[in-house]
Amino acid sequence: MVDAIDHIINSAAKSNYMSAGQISVPIVFRGPNGAAAGVGAQHSQCYAAWFGACPGLKVLAPYSSEDARGLLKAAIRDPDPVVFLENELLYGESFPVSAEVLDSSFCLPIGKAKIEREGKDVTITAFSKMVGYALKAAEILAKEGISAEVINLRSIRPLDRSTINASVRKTNRLVTVEEGFPQHGVGAEICASVVEESFEYLDAPVERIAGADVPMPYAANLERMAVPQIEDIVRAAKRACYRSVPLAATA
Amino acid sequence: MAIWLRRSRSLAHYLKAEIGFWKVPNQRSFLNPCFFNPENSSSTTLTGENYGNPASFLGNSPTLFGSRRFESIKSGREELDLEYENSGHQNQAMDFPGGRISFTSEMKFISESPRERIPCYRVLDYDGLPIMHSSFVEVSKEEALKMFSSMVTLETMDTILYEAQRQGRISFYLTSIGEEAINIATAAALTPHDVVLPQYREPGVLLWRGFTLQEFSNQCFGNKADYGKGRQMPIHYGSNKHNYFTVSSTIATQIPQAVGAAYSLKMDKKDACVVTYFGDGGTSEGDFHAGLNFAAVMEAPVVYICRNNGWAISTPVSQQFRSDGVVVKGKAYGIQSIRVDGNDALAVYSATRAAREMAITEQKPILIEMLTYRVGHHSTSDDSTKYRPVDEIEHWKTARNPISRFRKWVDKNGWWSDKDESELRVNVRKQLLQAIQVAEKAEKPPISNLFTDVYESLPSNLCEQEELLRESIKRHPQDYPSDVPV
Repeated sequence: MVDAIDHIINSAAKSNYMSAGQISVPIVFRGPNGAAAGVGAQHSQCYAAWFGACPGLKVLAPYSSEDARGLLKAAIRDPDPVVFLENELLYGESFPVSAEVLDSSFCLPIGKAKIEREGKDVTITAFSKMVGYALKAAEILAKEGISAEVINLRSIRPLDRSTINASVRKTNRLVTVEEGFPQHGVGAEICASVVEESFEYLDAPVERIAGADVPMPYAANLERMAVPQIEDIVRAAKRACYRSVPLAATA
Repeated sequence: MAIWLRRSRSLAHYLKAEIGFWKVPNQRSFLNPCFFNPENSSSTTLTGENYGNPASFLGNSPTLFGSRRFESIKSGREELDLEYENSGHQNQAMDFPGGRISFTSEMKFISESPRERIPCYRVLDYDGLPIMHSSFVEVSKEEALKMFSSMVTLETMDTILYEAQRQGRISFYLTSIGEEAINIATAAALTPHDVVLPQYREPGVLLWRGFTLQEFSNQCFGNKADYGKGRQMPIHYGSNKHNYFTVSSTIATQIPQAVGAAYSLKMDKKDACVVTYFGDGGTSEGDFHAGLNFAAVMEAPVVYICRNNGWAISTPVSQQFRSDGVVVKGKAYGIQSIRVDGNDALAVYSATRAAREMAITEQKPILIEMLTYRVGHHSTSDDSTKYRPVDEIEHWKTARNPISRFRKWVDKNGWWSDKDESELRVNVRKQLLQAIQVAEKAEKPPISNLFTDVYESLPSNLCEQEELLRESIKRHPQDYPSDVPV
């Protein structure tokens, strides 16, 4: 998808605006995004942040089968250009689905996040594969008495700021999780949104979990260290809950 | 003689050894068109583990050649290249993916440039006289006069709007001076149903189709009547009703997009084609190569018109490519191409008519290289005297002017006079100055235009921002320009 990025951004995203509505681009660009396994730097980057920055585009990132079906249908029906970021490793994963999801007309709204697991102590936002990791982290945290609320963003642009903020106002703590690079990432945008709208509600600094700030290495042990793991999310949630010393203080 | 024989024998031996490595042990399975074995579960190995593995290539995985390549072998009846015709090696030929190829024992590299450059199709000489035995499409008096007056109108519009920019009345402008024949004659050869994807130096096509001087001026001034709602800088015209895609500044992006548009015409079986324009510089972009290749494979009805005007801003063609111009590139993609004198309106008209005909009836792309000269600067942000000699510019502006050349032909037919000429020029000038005045005085677009069309419907965040902006304006009216509507 990065090969066609000039067409996606400079043509697809901007044409409707530049032509004053004369050229509409109801197209869906779909494909694998982010780290697979053992494919190296040029095949592992997550582009959610890059595409998410562009006005004119809608950017979706499904996690479960329900997401994939409902969001893709919504994307196709949407009159604007949509970038649909799938995950290669999730292609092989199965998810339980309800009868409603199996119905041929099942469609999800674009711009609405899903609360995958309710909680009251800390909010964890994630998208794509990291939702699975966040849910597992929530299980581990529950055993230690921390009730985590996991939000599956589903939509990177438009970002469901109201769901995120409502959750933070409830829990007062936030951990953002993404596979992509940390600088100018999705977590950075979420953090800014929460600081702008729910500053007084925060009881701790926002924790951002992201991929390592290096091109993805190939060797399996290095690759494992370059992508967030479940333990990283658990540790971050504990830091946000003052259950362990903040990273900066250990330096 | 003996030495030569020895050399050639060892060469043949060398070649045989090389071929032997690639020879599939089971000759039958290779040449048998039914070698695609659906039972073999490795049918997905085109990108999988077996691909590129010599062991499996030589072994029994005929499904290495997936169904697509199977199709191309069947239909690929390659024409023998003339160069190899006479040096055939005992008339042996081999089926490679892509078709049958003859062998030759002569190791010969194809020349990078022909001894003679591809000649240029032309109808009128510099005195406006049709060249003997020239074949061209007849043009009626009415058509010819419409073409001529459009060329004059285009030239006048360019001259005056360029001046308007120099006077600070518009922010930017880009002229088509020297390329009026290409602009108007190609447009005249098309029908209103043909979809045009311009680069940016083809406003004449829009002019021909009926875009008025007022509409052009409105876009340049970015006022309320601009069809672009003030979104883009000057010369980025666009009009759905004239089948003219809005100009996008990015170079060559229209080339692959044209294939898509043409494919939709093909699917709908329309009696129309897509015509897209680009300059010599645009042919160096990746999109040019991807687009032409795509058009050829998809058999899309696109007419590609390259305005080879010698300059890509300050890059002369000698630094742009080392091929014999652009026309030879068509062959590389399997596209029929022609080179035309872009300053000869009749040649341009005839070639475009023919290309359009072929593109639609045969459903395939055509490439036309129009040779011309960019008389003006690249744009108002450029001063071309800094990188090319002034007398070169003068020469093409006067002696090689496409308008005066066509004028001579029109005169010789007795269809035009000096009086008609001066009347036309005075008229157009008056109309244009009037249009500019109106456009300049007109209101600017309302601020709602800042937020609409980003998406089909206004998203909540932009709704909010618009409200905030309006509130802010209400609170500080003295800081808001009085001539801009809210």
